[in-house]
This record gives sequence, C-alpha cells and structure tokens, in this order.
Amino acid sequence: MPEGEVVFARPAALEDTPTHYCPGCTHGIIHRLIGEVIDELGIREITVGIAPVGCAVLAYHYFNFDTVEAAHGRAPAVATGIKRVSPENVVFTYQGDGDLAAIGTAEIVHAANRGENITVVFVNNAVFGMTGGQMAPTTLPGQVTTSTPTGRDVKVDGYPVKVAEILAQTTGAAYIARRTVTQPKYVRSCKKAIKTAFKTQLAGLGFALVEVLSTCSTNWGMSPMEALRWLDENMIPYYPLGDYKVIDEVKALP
Amino acid sequence: MAKVLMKGNEAIAEAAIRAGCDGYFGYPITPQTELLEYMSRRMPELGRAFVQGESEIASINMVLGAAAAGKRAMTSSSSPGVSLKQEGISFLAGNELPAVIVNIMRGGPGLGNVQPSQSDYFQATKGGGHGDYFPIVLAPSTVQEAIDFTILAFELADKYRNPAMILGDGSIGQIMEPVELPEVESKPPDKPWAVTGCKGREKNIIRSLYLLAGPLEARNVILQKKYREIEANEQRHAEFMLEGAEMVIVAYGTTGRVAQTAITRARDEGMPVGLFRPITLYPYPKDAISSLVEQARVFLVLEMSAGQMLEDVELAVKGTVPVEFQGWLGGRVPTPSEVTQTIKEIRTKYLK
Repeated sequence: MPEGEVVFARPAALEDTPTHYCPGCTHGIIHRLIGEVIDELGIREITVGIAPVGCAVLAYHYFNFDTVEAAHGRAPAVATGIKRVSPENVVFTYQGDGDLAAIGTAEIVHAANRGENITVVFVNNAVFGMTGGQMAPTTLPGQVTTSTPTGRDVKVDGYPVKVAEILAQTTGAAYIARRTVTQPKYVRSCKKAIKTAFKTQLAGLGFALVEVLSTCSTNWGMSPMEALRWLDENMIPYYPLGDYKVIDEVKALP
Repeated sequence: MAKVLMKGNEAIAEAAIRAGCDGYFGYPITPQTELLEYMSRRMPELGRAFVQGESEIASINMVLGAAAAGKRAMTSSSSPGVSLKQEGISFLAGNELPAVIVNIMRGGPGLGNVQPSQSDYFQATKGGGHGDYFPIVLAPSTVQEAIDFTILAFELADKYRNPAMILGDGSIGQIMEPVELPEVESKPPDKPWAVTGCKGREKNIIRSLYLLAGPLEARNVILQKKYREIEANEQRHAEFMLEGAEMVIVAYGTTGRVAQTAITRARDEGMPVGLFRPITLYPYPKDAISSLVEQARVFLVLEMSAGQMLEDVELAVKGTVPVEFQGWLGGRVPTPSEVTQTIKEIRTKYLK
C-alpha cells in the first residue's frame, strides 16, 4: 500500500459533527451506513432525505445533503410529493417506530402499496425514544416502559407491530428486509440491504424498506453492552432478521 | 377571447394548470370532487404529477414535499377534509413553503352536510393549525374570480413563500358560468432554497424545528415581519354602489353576490345602500373598511355562518358606527328577497 493512502474516512455524505445520540444508541451506525452507501453509489448530490419526528429529527445536521423535516409519521407522503415532481432525485425517509409504525401507518402502507419509488430506513428500537421511553407499537410483550410500568400487557395494549412482515404483503413493495447492527457481521449485512434499497430506487423498481433493529440503552435502562445483548436475545426472536420480499428484478440487480 | 361554460371546481383546476401547477394531491369529498377528477385527467396528459392520496393528511404532506422540491403544488378539499389538512398547513407556514389549498366549504360542524357554507372563516383566516401564522386567503364570488384568484394564489404563495387558500363556498364549486381562461404569463421565481440535490452548492435544509427559545423567537419575528408586509401590500376588495351609501353591506363570496342583487333592488327603491366585498380574507381589507366609517351610518355584515367575519368588521370599525349582522346556518343560501327585507329593517332602525 502506498504511504499516506487514505483507506478509511468519514463519508462525504456525513457532516463532521458530533451527534446528540446517547452512548450506546445505534442511530450513529445506521447514519454511517447510509452515508457510506450514498457515497459508494455516487448519489450525494441528487439525494433528498426526509427527517422524521423522534430521536432522528436532527438528522439533517448529520447528513451532508438536502433534507426536509416531516411532521410525525408523514415522511412517506412528503417523500412521495418530492419524488413525483422530481423523479431525478433519490428520495429516502429515515423513520423510527413511533413515527412509522404508530402515527404514520397509513402513509407507510399506502406508499408501499403504490410502489412509490422511494427508499425507507425504518429504525425499530421498541420504544418512543425522544419523549422519554413510552410504549411504541413495537414494544415487546412484557417490556417495561414509562407508559407500561408493569410491562406491556397484550390484552390491554395489543401486540407488537411487525412492520417488515406487514409491508411485505403489499403488492407494490419491491424490497422489504429486516436487519440489525448489534454485531459486525450484522452491520455488514445491514449495509448491503440499505444499498440494495437505494439501488432498487435507482433502477426504478419501486418501494424499498429496510427495518433496522436498534438499541435505546437510555430508555431501556441498560448499559450499551447490555442493550446490544438484550436486543439480540429478545428482539431478534420476535422480529426475525431476513429478507421479507425481494422481487425478481431486485434479485437481478448487479 | 371566447368564453367557455365551466363549473367552478373544474375552472379552479384548469386555472391551476395554467398557473403552472406541477403537482396535485387530493382526496375525494363533496362538493369539491370534480376538481380532483379534472386533475386526474389533465395532469397526466401534461406529464405532471397527480396522486389521489390515502387521506387529506397524506395529500397535504405530498403538497409539502412537492413545494419543498421547488415546484408549484396544490390540494383541494371541503371543510372536514381541510380540518385534517391543518397540521400540514402549519408545517407549510413554518417551513415557509408556497402552496395552494382550495376549500370549497360545506355546512358544519362535524360531518355537517354538503350544502354551501361560509363557516370555516375563522379556521381559514386565523391560522387554523397550531402556531403564529396566517395563510393568504382569497374569496371568489364568481367562477371567473375563482379562476383569477387561483392564479393569483400561486403568485402570492411564491412571492411570500407562504400557503395561500382559495376559500369558496359549495355554490362557487358547483355553479356553471361562462368564463375566460387566461394565458398565464408569470413564471415561478427562482427557488434557491428548494431541495433539489446539493450539486454545486451547500446543502439545503427545510425545517420548522428550533429547539431553543431564542432561535425560535427569532424565526417567529421573521415570520411576523412577513405577515405585516402581506397586510400592508395585499389587502383587496371590490365595491358595488358604495357611492352615497349610508348603509354598507359587508359580504364575501356567494353572500356578496346575493347582496349585490338585493342592493340593486334596494337602490331602485331609493335606499342608500352599497356593498363592500372583501376579496382577501387574510389579509383582511380593514384599512378600506376603516375609511368607510366617515361615510357609513351603519354596517350590515352578511355571512353563511353564525358571524365570523363579523368580528373583523367590528375590529376595523372600532365601535365608531353600529355593526349589524345576519347569518344563514347549516348550508342555507340567502335569497335576494331575504336580504332586501333585512336592508329595509336596518334602514328603519338607523336611517330614518
């Protein structure tokens, strides 16, 4: 290797700035993966990101490309509006589980079903993070949150929403996958899925979503290491990793 | 230019197309659905975006996206649907995004009915959603005005980077009249703030979140300065037989039109009455009303509501002259004879 050659650097699609995310939170890893994918695909200058309401609301400070902030849950509708009038742009939403799986269910289901040619990165950490750890639609049965103080009682609170499984049923979806970032092997697999989700859009194949199981050590009341372990042992069994829908045209992508 | 016969809803749609509307996003609701139907046919013909959204909420947020992309965008609905759009309208205002919203009002509250009404005046002109903001609100009284004001709404929205609303009642949407469809010369201004991809420039961020009080206060001060500018520059109204009028009727939209017929009859009978018809409901043409207190001995406000615009007239008149009111509720449209009768009663009370 020639002396002085740079082999690892911050992606151009990420700003050189510290984030507000808590120690142990995996948003940072997911941001980085998006940044790397956008750099590798050479699309930073045509990308428009949609920031959600929730912990990632300030994502526009961390991404180094055009961004719009959406109202709670409405990111897929905002993305639809942009993509329909500016199909030359690459448009993606970055949404948490409160945003996408509670208040934004109508928008995400219909964007998927329309086969809207957008990319969605869905971060599922089983809790409303920004507001201090209330029950999310994805909170596990029995999981203690600030609004389920004795644990989520499915008889009262219903069952955790399996977003990847639900959206895989929509005819319009082209690529639906679930990944996590708790271990290096998972991070690599997650990056590949995010890249596929962007390539799906670039090829004009329709709606693509990657659900990423993520930690919230602060609101789970755990150390970062405990949170990673808890996710692996509790969330993955309920939310199995894998590809939930991959249409043939996506499989054939280079 | 040859006149064509058009229904109000379709005329608004065609006007929007001529104004360069790049994206229409809507949801069916009576009595505005023909607007959506017209757009569903015409927009794809022109290679422009049309989406029937899954809800009013989704539709207004699609408008927000298209506006953020720097394109002219529009949605339309009727009262209950416009209630659902208020979140998005607040975000449009907070983000300083231009867009046009059409409300073909029906009777309320709740599901109400599908008859013409003017009972969304407060919602339209006082902000409607959360936060300190105002949409620009234009009130047509004829199909021709619906066309002209739709074009104007796009221009004002772009000029001030603010949502603009066409506030028509159900009869404006449903009535058919001969109209002229103008060729629109004006082009949208450059929008260097739009999210189009950051090639060759710094990234653009469109947002309304300012976490600390100081920055959000500064942001609001900028917005308020803009609203004062709109109020100074954009007050519009029409006058009818105001010369020598001792009784000034204030009415907009269809009510203004009915009043015009009643006033013609009253003048024939020698009664000194005239019409002040607001065109912009925000900014309210308060300066012109204030100047009429020198001439008027009484104001009569007519609305198809329980008295909403009435408050703006009272604020402009500031107690110097009596302000009377008659309203029609539940989707009932007044007849000229009813208005003439009211004119006679008010005349007896104040002018004899």
